[in-house]
Amino acid sequence: MTNQPVSWRNVLLKALVLFLVANLLFAATDPRPALGRLSLYNRLFPGRLRLPYGERPDLAYNLSLNNLEAMFASHEIAQPRPAETRRVVLIGDSATWGYLLRPEQTLAARLKQRGFQVYNLGYPTLSATKDLLLLQYALRCQPDLIIWLVTLESLPLDKQLTSPIVQKNAAEARRLIADFNLRQLNLPAEDRMAALWSRTLWGARRDLADLFWLQMYGILWAGTGIDQYYPAAYDPPQSDLEADQTFHGLQPPTLRADDLALDVLAAGVQMAGATPVLLVNEPIYLSQGKNSDLRYNFFYPRWAYDQYRQLLAEHCQQAGWRCLDAWNWTPAAEFTNSAIHRSPAGEQQLAEALAPVIQEILGGR
Amino acid sequence: MTLPQILVFATLALWVGRWTPARPWLLLAISVLAIYWTQPALPIRGLDFWLPTATLAVTIWVWGIARPERKEPPATGEADAAPRAPHLPARVLEFLRRGDQDGRAALLIAALILGLGATRYLGPLCCVTPSRPPEFWQIAVGVGGAALLAFALRRFAAGRRGALEGAVWALLAVFILLKTDPLAQAAALGLRALTGQSQAMASALDIRWLGFSYVAFRLIHTLRDRLAGRLPDLSLAAFVTYIIFFPAFTAGPIDRVQRFSKEFAGKPDWSGFERILWGVFKKFALADTLALVALNGVNASQVIHPGWLWVLVYAYALRIYFDFSGYTDIAIGLGRLMGFHLPENFERPYLKPNLTTFWNAWHITLAQWFRAYWFNPLTRALRTGRWQPPLSVVILLGQLSTMLLIGLWHGVTWNFALWGLWHGVGLFVHNRWSEATKARFASLNDHPAAQRFLAVVGALATFHYVALGWVWFALPSAALSWQTLLKLFGG
Repeated sequence: MTNQPVSWRNVLLKALVLFLVANLLFAATDPRPALGRLSLYNRLFPGRLRLPYGERPDLAYNLSLNNLEAMFASHEIAQPRPAETRRVVLIGDSATWGYLLRPEQTLAARLKQRGFQVYNLGYPTLSATKDLLLLQYALRCQPDLIIWLVTLESLPLDKQLTSPIVQKNAAEARRLIADFNLRQLNLPAEDRMAALWSRTLWGARRDLADLFWLQMYGILWAGTGIDQYYPAAYDPPQSDLEADQTFHGLQPPTLRADDLALDVLAAGVQMAGATPVLLVNEPIYLSQGKNSDLRYNFFYPRWAYDQYRQLLAEHCQQAGWRCLDAWNWTPAAEFTNSAIHRSPAGEQQLAEALAPVIQEILGGR
Repeated sequence: MTLPQILVFATLALWVGRWTPARPWLLLAISVLAIYWTQPALPIRGLDFWLPTATLAVTIWVWGIARPERKEPPATGEADAAPRAPHLPARVLEFLRRGDQDGRAALLIAALILGLGATRYLGPLCCVTPSRPPEFWQIAVGVGGAALLAFALRRFAAGRRGALEGAVWALLAVFILLKTDPLAQAAALGLRALTGQSQAMASALDIRWLGFSYVAFRLIHTLRDRLAGRLPDLSLAAFVTYIIFFPAFTAGPIDRVQRFSKEFAGKPDWSGFERILWGVFKKFALADTLALVALNGVNASQVIHPGWLWVLVYAYALRIYFDFSGYTDIAIGLGRLMGFHLPENFERPYLKPNLTTFWNAWHITLAQWFRAYWFNPLTRALRTGRWQPPLSVVILLGQLSTMLLIGLWHGVTWNFALWGLWHGVGLFVHNRWSEATKARFASLNDHPAAQRFLAVVGALATFHYVALGWVWFALPSAALSWQTLLKLFGG
């Protein structure tokens, strides 16, 4: 062997070429979905009881990521389906996910305690289109019943595409919009250069780091059973309200069906095919404070919410959907920090009310 | 050090490595600026400027006291200087060469401090300091006062035993103040009162004096060596550069001044790059990732299953190793780019077959420092003094006290003390065990397989002893540490 001096220029040049090739190869193949399916959850660590979401990863041992494959692979629903069981999946917003609740206190957990094989696939952020995106993945797990908890705030058109998970999975969202002819939703066309860049190794570095961190946090999830940061204190739902009657720019007195993304709900039911879907208008906090004659709570003016309930009921009847209007099923004292987040006791009450309905639907199958 | 800082330091190191004649001056200037740049922002007004300034002042005062009597030109690293070059830096160097070297170094330091102070008037937040520097007149007064004291010390206290010993005690006193939370908090209260800030917000964290631990160790080393007559005659520039050498300022290693001072004209070694890359990988990829799941005061009480608690303890053990040895790699790599060969601080410590060899491989320069300035003098005194205890007692006292002091160096808390004692007891037990079994194990010299087996068992046992020791180190209270240890064993 001869000791030749190192040519740093050549080293740098080769490194640069290799870096470019690796980036282009990564962009061409985009292995992120495949990488997302590689998971230590349900193997080394127990599957998570709800989809990964975390604003304080260091304290929640959980994090928000955009890779839907990874999110589902980390969930307990990714386990092989046991024989002779019937799977019930819950789709919905942060109330279904169980904001401020421990995994064993959520609606899904309460229903599980009543003997149903229930999976919590709720995910924070209010958007029916986000729910549709998740429903697509939920259906791969062959559920026997889908319970879709919705609220008016998930249905305004301007809320549909703002959820980060929809934004970061824009290609899939576009496909759903096209497949189900959701004409009211307008997701801007893909910027090809930006999309290509985001698929390179460099552009996707954050996504890759998230995948890795999700696996690392599996250790603490397995060790502690904690998947959420619980603040020591929080403000209760606002009781004294502004006299404002507008709702997402809409003025009273009339809320039209076209103002809401009801066709997204229809798309969900259509996507589910033979699998029954139970649409639940989830409970809301009913304020007794100032201006409560004009508004039910921080989210909803009375005129808009009342008409939404009527519109939803009409749609359910016309389309033959199974629907439950649970809007006032939870007492005001059983809400935690918002007009939709329920307390452990609130979840228990809702589970008790839902159980016979679930039993009836599953019993008929 | 952050990644951008490492990148800037590596670029500067490359540049400094090219300029052999100007290297001592460039190193001095960069190191002075670096201690301001790396100092974290502090809530007490102006303190993040005054602390680096105090580092420089204390260093210059100690140089004034410790400087040996001068018989010939001091070692500056300029001995191998190349002849005059037509480049601007070389011309500046030529200009600086005229007149008293130490005076020029002092002027350069003062100019840099005042220059940094003047950035206060450049914009909302400029350049190097973590927050806006204090008023310029305050800095000028501070620098003037420090210079006067330096002059007085050099003139009236240089080489005096009382001054040298007093300086050691003063450094230890500041060290204890910074490392003892109630004292640091009291100091924060005083400083807040001085600056007219809310005293209700006072916290020990208000006084985070970056690098002081290592600065104090190097200064005490020079003072003790001066007392022993072993300190070489160094110029002010060389001395200050040794104390605040920017690659090793924040996390060591603690080099010996005798060795360091010979390397000012060393040949740059490009292998430094590789070492920096390894260090960056260890620190930012491995250690920072392990930090997500490493044992800490919050998760220790949350873990339900002992099996996973062991994983957290292992993660902590590996994290602290990769973090610290990563920083050391970066420091050594930066040093090599400028022709300096800083001593190694870690030699695969977790693979060592016993605790004694572990401590010869973990934070080597710190352990050597304590061996040189505490363990050896203490055991010598015990063996030669009026009261001469048995050898085992000498070893017990030496090891317990040394490890206790190493523990307290991290902070004056029960947990660090217990961590030190844990290792002190471990070292003593190993010492006695190896003495007792020496003859028996000697018979295994002809059985390499058995020796290998014993080495593996020893390494596993040592690693676990050290890992369990980290439970004291990582957690905030002795009670939580004890509960965690019990939980690890199913309790």
